[in-house]
Amino acid sequence: MMKFLKRFYLGIILVFLYVPIGVLIVQSFNAGKSRAKWEGFSFRWYVELFQDTRIMNALYVTVSIALLAMIFATILGTLAAIGIYSMKKRPQALMMTLTNLPNTMPDIVTGISLMLLFLFTKVERGYMTMLLAHITFDVPYVILSVLPKLKQMNKHTYEAALDLGATPTYALTHVIIPECKQGIITGAMLAFTLSLDDFTISYFTTSPLVQNLSTLIYSAARKGIEPSLNALSALMFISLLVLLLIVNRRTAENN
Amino acid sequence: MLDLSLPWWGWLLMGAGLVGFIAMLVVSIRRNQGVKRSLFASPYTLWMIIFTVLPVILIGYYAFTDMNGNFTLDNFRNFWDSNYESNKVIMQAMGEAGAAYVSRGTVNVDTLVYSLWMAFKCTAICLIAGYPAALFMADRNMKLGPTLVVLFIIPMWMNFLLRTIAWMSLLEDSGLINSFLRKLGFDGVQLMYNSNAVLLGMVYNFLPFMVFPIYTVLNKMDFRLSEAAADLGCNSWQTLYKVVMPLSIPGVISGITMVFMPSVTTFFIPRMLGGGNTMMFGDLIESKFLVEGNWNVGSALSLIMMVLILISLSILRKADPNGEGGGIA
Repeated sequence: MMKFLKRFYLGIILVFLYVPIGVLIVQSFNAGKSRAKWEGFSFRWYVELFQDTRIMNALYVTVSIALLAMIFATILGTLAAIGIYSMKKRPQALMMTLTNLPNTMPDIVTGISLMLLFLFTKVERGYMTMLLAHITFDVPYVILSVLPKLKQMNKHTYEAALDLGATPTYALTHVIIPECKQGIITGAMLAFTLSLDDFTISYFTTSPLVQNLSTLIYSAARKGIEPSLNALSALMFISLLVLLLIVNRRTAENN
Repeated sequence: MLDLSLPWWGWLLMGAGLVGFIAMLVVSIRRNQGVKRSLFASPYTLWMIIFTVLPVILIGYYAFTDMNGNFTLDNFRNFWDSNYESNKVIMQAMGEAGAAYVSRGTVNVDTLVYSLWMAFKCTAICLIAGYPAALFMADRNMKLGPTLVVLFIIPMWMNFLLRTIAWMSLLEDSGLINSFLRKLGFDGVQLMYNSNAVLLGMVYNFLPFMVFPIYTVLNKMDFRLSEAAADLGCNSWQTLYKVVMPLSIPGVISGITMVFMPSVTTFFIPRMLGGGNTMMFGDLIESKFLVEGNWNVGSALSLIMMVLILISLSILRKADPNGEGGGIA
């Protein structure tokens, strides 16, 4: 009985979480434009999606920025994590405060402060500024996922590598980096998804001419959302789901 | 397509930084016969100084200066009394007699109080609804735990603006819930454009942030402790509130932080589901910057919010001094 109640409760919460997503996916197959009325099944919005240059541009901006920000943030963050790890206690604590600072700032403040920086230095806001902002908010997450792996690492493996004749650079690329590979991958994935989904910070750091999907949706929301946007997010959702299943399969096979 | 909108000196600076960094690495490799590894953090340090520390200083600068860059506290007076500027004009024009026409504008303070109250309600609902969920997920008899975690994460992959808009099609007058009610013969209900709709949207968006940290802590907990409690004569309720709950405090703290902070500052959800009837503090800051173009007052408001959040974070830290709460992962 107790077990049933527990499952029932979790079921209700999950329904709550999934209802809007279901609605969204169903709407994307609606032949009409109305949000509420069902006018028959069609792929119309999926076809229109690929003809809509604004949406395609926004998709390009979103994905390219997420990828670039992921690459830069992962490199910068991994280097920083190794650096912070080998620092003395005092500077290490200082660096950790610096790393945690963005986490204690709400998104809107991060966005506005970066906007002020760009306005103050008279840098025109656009693709580049959005990329800079995304790298900035991604890096701490990479550091925070790599650092624990470094701390778990056996310190003596590095020294052993040196004793066995490895140069420090060789030991770095063949001992330290492989040891924290899992953390680097987690950090990179986290950076990618955060950047893919970001709205607030992008909103303040880009111009209306360069929009990612979130800011496009925001500006479209007033006039009523194009169902092709629903179609796009349904497609992205499904592809992420498939990706997850493949990754799960592979890790299961490896085990 | 690619709009590289940095001025020439921006590129120069970036190039110089990169060259400097590589030179530093080369030198340290030569000298040390190996890279001095603490240097690896230097590009990051530089990056954070330019893109995090400097911007925050800029907010402080704008908050304490007026349009001409002179030091002033007027921006904070403006926060306390939104009519401050107009009142000053009235007093100057009419002298003592003007006092009768002057009144304090309470919009800003009211909005802040309202936002805090909404964020508090949202956090409380998330905690009450999320704690049992995390508890059941971490239940060792459930076996489904990891799968359930994934099921909680998946909705967050859908763009959160679209998910919020999807709620609109459920809640609006011609929406699914109301059509359903009308079919059953009831009258439609006004579900949108009020603070309850905003609250619903907030709980919907932030609930996973409460569940994950609590789940992580509960999952790591040594289950033998609760078995021991049971062996020593506790019934399951006593085990829950004497053993499990105290041990899960770090997760709860972390969850509260992760829900409270974004809910004070959200501006998309109230704008969509509240339809402009319910202004929240994030809304106010955004409109100060982008609608009124008043950076100084906007910066003052941002600063006030940052200070409030820092204070509440440090209070919460006291309850969890080791910071064991863990994040999303």
